Amino acid sequence: MSIMTYRQALHDTLRAEMLRDDSVLLMGEEIGVFEGSYKITAGLLGEFGPKRVRDTPIAEEGFTGAAVGAAMLGLRPVVEIMTINFSLLALDQIVNHAAKIYGMFGGQCKVPLVIRTPGGGGQQLGATHSQNIELYYAFVPGMKVVAPSTPADAKALLLAAIRDDDPVLFLENLALYNTKGDVPDENIPAQIGKAAITRPGRDLTLIGYSRMAHVAAEVAQQLASTEGIDIEVIDLRSLRPLDRETIVESVRKTHAAVVLEDDWLTYGIGAEVAATISDGAFDYLDAPVRRVAMAEVPMPYAKPLETAALPSRYDVITAIRQTLAAVGYRTGASAARVSTVGASQ
Amino acid sequence: MASQARQRRTPAAGSKAADGDDVSVAADVTAAGNSTSPSGAPSSTPAGDNSKKQTDGPVTANGHASTSGEPADGGAPGQASDSKTSKASADERAAAPAAPSARQLTQYYRDMLLVRRFEERAARAYTEALIGGYCHLNLGEEAAVIGLMAALKPTDYLFTNYREHGYALMRGIDPNKVMAELYGRVDGVSKGWGGSMHMFDITHRLLGGYGIVGGQLPLATGAALAIDYRETGDVVMCTMGDGTAAIGAFHESLNIAALWNLPVVFVVINNHLGMGTTVEHSSAEPELWKRGAAYRMAAARVDGWDPVAVYQAATVAIETARSGRPYLLEVITERLKGHSVVDPAKYRSAEENERLKAADPLHLYAEKLIADEIFDELDIAEIEREVAATVADAAAFAANSPSPSVETLFDYTYASPVPNDSRRLPGQALFPQAPLPDTSGSVTP
Repeated sequence: MSIMTYRQALHDTLRAEMLRDDSVLLMGEEIGVFEGSYKITAGLLGEFGPKRVRDTPIAEEGFTGAAVGAAMLGLRPVVEIMTINFSLLALDQIVNHAAKIYGMFGGQCKVPLVIRTPGGGGQQLGATHSQNIELYYAFVPGMKVVAPSTPADAKALLLAAIRDDDPVLFLENLALYNTKGDVPDENIPAQIGKAAITRPGRDLTLIGYSRMAHVAAEVAQQLASTEGIDIEVIDLRSLRPLDRETIVESVRKTHAAVVLEDDWLTYGIGAEVAATISDGAFDYLDAPVRRVAMAEVPMPYAKPLETAALPSRYDVITAIRQTLAAVGYRTGASAARVSTVGASQ
Repeated sequence: MASQARQRRTPAAGSKAADGDDVSVAADVTAAGNSTSPSGAPSSTPAGDNSKKQTDGPVTANGHASTSGEPADGGAPGQASDSKTSKASADERAAAPAAPSARQLTQYYRDMLLVRRFEERAARAYTEALIGGYCHLNLGEEAAVIGLMAALKPTDYLFTNYREHGYALMRGIDPNKVMAELYGRVDGVSKGWGGSMHMFDITHRLLGGYGIVGGQLPLATGAALAIDYRETGDVVMCTMGDGTAAIGAFHESLNIAALWNLPVVFVVINNHLGMGTTVEHSSAEPELWKRGAAYRMAAARVDGWDPVAVYQAATVAIETARSGRPYLLEVITERLKGHSVVDPAKYRSAEENERLKAADPLHLYAEKLIADEIFDELDIAEIEREVAATVADAAAFAANSPSPSVETLFDYTYASPVPNDSRRLPGQALFPQAPLPDTSGSVTP
């Protein structure tokens, strides 16, 4: 076990997989000579050469599609799209081709492709550079979408994605690259499609992924230490497939849920999670499922506006308090703690 | 020869790269004295003078792409090219392909007839509601299909678009499996999952028909990247329609292929119409082969009603690609019918339809072979019988093949097993067996 950043975990895993399997190659804008916009691929061009670390022209559709075609012939390309916003330029190749080829041709051709790309707002990058549109890909059968929140998961899920025979969108986050955590020394891939309960609890289920999984864990810790509220935290880790069982099992236990997401509320990932809870735990709910998401605006540049648009810890705590208050209202006999929480907002 | 009287619509212009580099030069390609070019329709360049120029001095009797020492003429629609064509070889690395033998020439005819009769049978089956969805036919493009496919090695790869039945047949796929795919049956080449637009057969290295215009170009470029990466010596051919030259993937793919020296041949099948829109209305440079110059990519234009010319031009293109340089080949042809089976092609004038009916490439090629004493009317009748039997067998096979079982609906979403994969029919609940809570006591902690 070593302590390292999310960035380092990604870098080391890419390197290890390239050493392990010569069919793994990297493609993307500025990943070689420039060493990556976020320096994930630093040093790899020097070590592996331009054949395996391929700087591409600014042509997301062209190089992402080329990676799909190379994957069809058995290579395992790992594409870096500079931010998830730019993946829209490659939407046709990802949605109409990478995700379709296995099924459309009756299972004759696999597409073992990884698309690494960071989401994230909060950097004052404005409307076109601050989106979280992983939903577009999670919507599509044939795609797998994973969203690690910790350095350990960055490693384990990247190992899994590279070794997987299907196209995987690997969601990173600008705000996570410098976060640190324990990372196992062994190369053990995660199982794609499995969520993790990162904190067990009894009072409420708090669900997030990527950056919001951190926010969830921090808020749960804060409310446990200051107010004795016992929150169970789920890190989804995989958006497609979605681990519905883990979600509903938790809510059947806690009877209340708040879902956190960095994307927009309407039609968002949280809506799918809430619908899942409705289907699998309706009779267990003591309060409506709440969602905390980004304000539904094109992200403004000005800092106060941007800050207001992004979900904050305060927003999350407010939603939790209101949900627990609703639980108290419905169950009547709830502990004094609940009404205290409700009154303290 | 009958075809010599026809006006040609392919210009003879060759162009040299603007900076004088030697990499992007090519010109019209035709087999000597074998012109069966379509004519008369609105054309990217007027044909009269070029017709004489070409038939008087066939540019590439041996199949070489030829170059012009003149600067590019700009190729504006409606202006004749004044560029003289040169007989100098554009690419000395590509050896001159051998002239096809009499047996091969006859085989081309047999293949063209198979595509023709197969497509006619498909159109009938479509009107009988045995084929669903869209159904785009290769009618009129038989010579282009046959010439291109004859030039590929069995180990080379093909990516094509949705007008692909003929390509599937000519890659060597059993006509039964092609027809069964059209019928959506389990014995279809894509097991009934693809239909007319999405045929795939890894053993015959047909890497897919693709329904999205331009979608196959980045894929083909990537396949060529994999070939280059593994140094297997194979080549990728990627065919597309003329309308595809307007889409972004065309530019991105040709740029990447040329930047990285990938073994891929891009082939534009120019039948002058993207659905009902002419090339002149969709491309600012309607001489599409000239776009190769933007990427310093060798390029040529060939008469697509002449299977021998297509074969020879494709051979040059393929061997150029095999040497590590991508190639752009434009094949001038005609679509005899509408965009798809259901399109009555009302955007064509009566005169245009009459001209197309009279100028059938299949008949022109047969006339040519008869005139050259390659075969006679009796041989044609025998070939017709054989092909008719093949097509009838294919239709019967398709009709008797079962539909895929609904049990297999979730078999092909993912190639690798995945927990929590969504496998439910539209009416099924997410949690059909969700337990009810224990209501005997408090449900909250």
